[in-house]
Amino acid sequence: MIYREAGQFKTTYASDQAIFPIVQDRVVVLLAILAVFLVPPLAANEYWLQAVLIPFLIYSLAATGLNLLTGYAGQLSLGTGGFMAVGAYSAFKLTTAFPQINIIGVFLISGLIAAGVGLLFGIPSLRIKGFYLAVATLASQFFLIWLFNKVPWFVNYASSGTITAPDRAVFGVLVTGPNSTAPMRYLMALGFVAVFALIAKNLVRGRIGRSWMAIRDRDIAAEIIGVNPLRTKLLAFGISSFYCGIAGAEFVFLYLGSAETLAFDINVSFLVLFMVIIGGLGSILGSFLGAAFIVLVPIFLTNAPHLIGLPLPVALLKQIELMVFGALIIFFLIVEPHGLARLWQITKEKLRLWPFPH
Amino acid sequence: MKRNVLWIFLLAGAIIAAPLAPVALAQDKGSIYIPLLVYRTGPYAPSGIPNANGFNDYFNLINERDGGINGVKIVFEECEMQYDTKQGVECYERLKGKAVVVNPFSTGITYQLIPKAPVDKIVMHSMGYGMTAAADGRWFAWVFNFPMTYWSQASAFIKYVGAQEGGMDKLKGKKIVHVYHNSPYGREANPTLEVLARQLGFELTLLAVDHPGQEQKSTWLQIRRINPDWIYLSGWGVMNQVAVKEAAAIGYKMDHLVGNWWSGSESDVVAAGDGAKGFRSMTFHAAGPGFKVHQEIVKYLYDKGKGAQKKEAIGEVYHNRGMINAMLNTEAIRTAMAKYGNKPLTGEQVRWGFENLNLTEQRLEQIGMKGMMQPLRVTCENHESNGKAAVQQWDGKKWTLVSDWIEPMREVVRPNLEVAAVEEAKKLGYTMRDCSKE
Amino acid sequence: MVGVFYAVLVAPFKDMAGSPAFLVEVLIGGLFAGLMYSLVALGFVLIFKASGVFNFAQGVMVLFAALTLVGLMERGVPVVIALVLTMGVMVVLAFAIERIVLRPLVNQEHIILFMATIGLTFFLEGFGEMVWGANVKKLDVGIPDRSFIVRGVQINELELTAALTAAILVTVLAVFFQRTRIGRALRAVADDHEAALSLGIPLKTIWVIVWSVAGIVAIVAGIMWGAKSGVQFSLSLIALKSLPVLILGGFTSVPGAIVGGLIIGVGEKLAEVYWGPLVGGAIENWFAYVMALAFLLFRPQGLFGERIIERV
Repeated sequence: MIYREAGQFKTTYASDQAIFPIVQDRVVVLLAILAVFLVPPLAANEYWLQAVLIPFLIYSLAATGLNLLTGYAGQLSLGTGGFMAVGAYSAFKLTTAFPQINIIGVFLISGLIAAGVGLLFGIPSLRIKGFYLAVATLASQFFLIWLFNKVPWFVNYASSGTITAPDRAVFGVLVTGPNSTAPMRYLMALGFVAVFALIAKNLVRGRIGRSWMAIRDRDIAAEIIGVNPLRTKLLAFGISSFYCGIAGAEFVFLYLGSAETLAFDINVSFLVLFMVIIGGLGSILGSFLGAAFIVLVPIFLTNAPHLIGLPLPVALLKQIELMVFGALIIFFLIVEPHGLARLWQITKEKLRLWPFPH
Repeated sequence: MKRNVLWIFLLAGAIIAAPLAPVALAQDKGSIYIPLLVYRTGPYAPSGIPNANGFNDYFNLINERDGGINGVKIVFEECEMQYDTKQGVECYERLKGKAVVVNPFSTGITYQLIPKAPVDKIVMHSMGYGMTAAADGRWFAWVFNFPMTYWSQASAFIKYVGAQEGGMDKLKGKKIVHVYHNSPYGREANPTLEVLARQLGFELTLLAVDHPGQEQKSTWLQIRRINPDWIYLSGWGVMNQVAVKEAAAIGYKMDHLVGNWWSGSESDVVAAGDGAKGFRSMTFHAAGPGFKVHQEIVKYLYDKGKGAQKKEAIGEVYHNRGMINAMLNTEAIRTAMAKYGNKPLTGEQVRWGFENLNLTEQRLEQIGMKGMMQPLRVTCENHESNGKAAVQQWDGKKWTLVSDWIEPMREVVRPNLEVAAVEEAKKLGYTMRDCSKE
Repeated sequence: MVGVFYAVLVAPFKDMAGSPAFLVEVLIGGLFAGLMYSLVALGFVLIFKASGVFNFAQGVMVLFAALTLVGLMERGVPVVIALVLTMGVMVVLAFAIERIVLRPLVNQEHIILFMATIGLTFFLEGFGEMVWGANVKKLDVGIPDRSFIVRGVQINELELTAALTAAILVTVLAVFFQRTRIGRALRAVADDHEAALSLGIPLKTIWVIVWSVAGIVAIVAGIMWGAKSGVQFSLSLIALKSLPVLILGGFTSVPGAIVGGLIIGVGEKLAEVYWGPLVGGAIENWFAYVMALAFLLFRPQGLFGERIIERV
């Protein structure tokens, strides 16, 4: 009843291949994008922006990157934290050495540097597969973190060993640094995520995405039909690291403000991987849903007892939170092993028929 | 399947709605609000639990015995952050509404919050940790790290070693090893130690231990080979326990192993058992439950069942430290009230209180902490204050002071500190205050 | 340039030759450390071998086992009974895991099961801490802990005990897998679930057995590591250090876990002691992974792992 598709004919190939072929879908998505750009900067308070929305956007970008690598190309990687660190530290070095370059440009260049590093560490994937590859990418994670810890050049020889985001402006408005406001940083993060999510969506619908999926499903067969495994896998690592690098730069510049290497340690890699798996491997929407789950559920669990009015000691609260979080993960996996994105897909399919059962 | 989907939607709705209601405690009109970032769970909980209890006990004592600070009650609320930067930032953002002072703990969280302090008008008290350079109050007006910073502590350590060896000139040719956690926290002491090594002629070896420090065999094999005269330990969490155990295992003379003040507590010597006897550490306060303030908390809190922990745990190193931290916050607020009146103060007013804190010997006696701490005085330029350090030793049952109060080598530390402060402040775009005008 | 060559390729070897007693100490230290890693890796291998699940929760199981043991001992239960009770707890845990986590996810892809074990990790972390508390606890099951010098080389009794225990454990497990009926059933299940089912091998029982045995191995690992550092949260992080052991030895091989552990342990220590000072130290962590990676490039399934046969 909502999804009256009757009468929606496609007359060109282009319109048939659109991301959102149904008009209702398109309208809703456009409205959603408008709302997401307008409502939070105007209506949300600083806690909501600073502690919830901005990290959500940043993690979504990183999860999208990892989803391209693990979900679409099938290369399990645990080096996300390391690549994010590369993005963050290169952005820091670039902007402190060349303050005149626009911060957007700085982020893009640091993404490219992260992509280069990702290409390098992706070379073992040509020989190693599956969980072995995951553990091998841990080598890149630990090595990169060690490198940033050890070489003081990366932190501009600061005795504190931390990198701090300086004040930088886009079109005259401060978007990074201690004097920037949360709404501006939110819009910057949102802008990047919107653009790159669109790019990712189109990547995976096109030739490159299909070659990735071919490698993921049957790599020997793919090679036989002419998909070059070297180029495809390395491209996956490169593009994924590009995304993770920008997410890392955003992590420091738009969210934390200053960071030491501990902010990019192995826990971040695992966290992003969890987001991808919970959200749904092989789905761009899944990256967002997974990021939302992992960012929001702990906050919900911390706030819920207050809301109900149950005064528990904080330690017990945190322990229960951990238990519930773990239980929720298992619950969601049992209910829908293919992730939240699949749940959403099923919902949409049901909605298309509602109120009819079939 | 359908029922499951319904549950999932309900859950999703609740999750999305949750952050809409960040809750801080109900505020009654005449009170001062202090959020407490605690780490009662997670990898550093053994240190976090007594520390948080110390805060609870002291603030409760002030409320119970005195009815608050000059009649203004202290309302405090704990937020569990597991020593994790992300959670610490989330706690801060949720609870900062009416806060006047925050003790961030965790160097990571401190660095996050330092830029926010002047914007949110909340005082940051990073007692004996955090950004050393913030001790230069001319650049960092809102950040305080008294009674001492890491660099001063390192110089106090060298002074102690010199005293033990029979004179600073006897240090020439001696071998000192610094075993440190491979992080900015662990490396803090290195610049000072290197400067002093050049000045005084001792041989310094720096050995980094990778986080978390569960496995340190290679470090201690190297130490066995070097056979140093003294070892300085800058560890945290499990690294401390393993270090002490490995030192005992290689048969090192434990009274020449000196931890910094985050590497010397009851939980750090648990694993090594008897082998840890003789282990020393730096400190800026005494341990043990033998001071008047402890009798007070027993009388007003524990005997009425309002104590924060088991009675046996009173006087533990971190419990005392939590109480002292709370005491310093309280006295700073009291100092501010002397100028601004006995009412709930603003962040600005509390900041003035911190900057003009003058903790005298008499005041310490009135508080019941005579001998537990040294008097100190904070000034506009010196947010580190003129505090002193001491060395304590574990005898198998408790920690006791084994040295006099040591004055750090300020003439070595301060110039470097000022240089670092300029650097850090430049990153944040600060301008220097003129203390003579304030 | 020559200086760098010299420092990297010549000087460390001269150093080794110059003090052979110390070199022996480093080697022995490495062997012992490696065996400690193997103890944890064994748990991974057991579960992967029998159910194809990469049990991320193994580290937390080690912590949980140690916490339970120490918790019971603290409440006055004598050591032997505490051990037996802890084994019972791990068996109950195995039952629960099989029923709640594994059965509903029976035919899913490996990565889904991996994610489920991650959920299990969070759950056990919170549960263990809630029940037993977050303090450091001393673990003292009566293992002697003195060091003695043999021909200039220092050897520690605790580590010797750990090495012997690991050796015994491996032998017992190897015999178990090769000689007993249940062992054969386990190997059949590892090979092909459905074929094993069709032969009448009870999958559920096998899984409970495997997770129980892994739980008992976790107890042993927990005792050894807990004796060194006290029982606390960081014990669960040892799993990360034993991952290189797993990939070097192969995910499915019990002797591989031991051999891999020895190689990683020795390599790690040699690198840290002789090459570490050149670059400022603390290279152990990533060096272990790089070593494992290097091995993998020549044998992608690990030293003793099953050859990965791919079909088009």
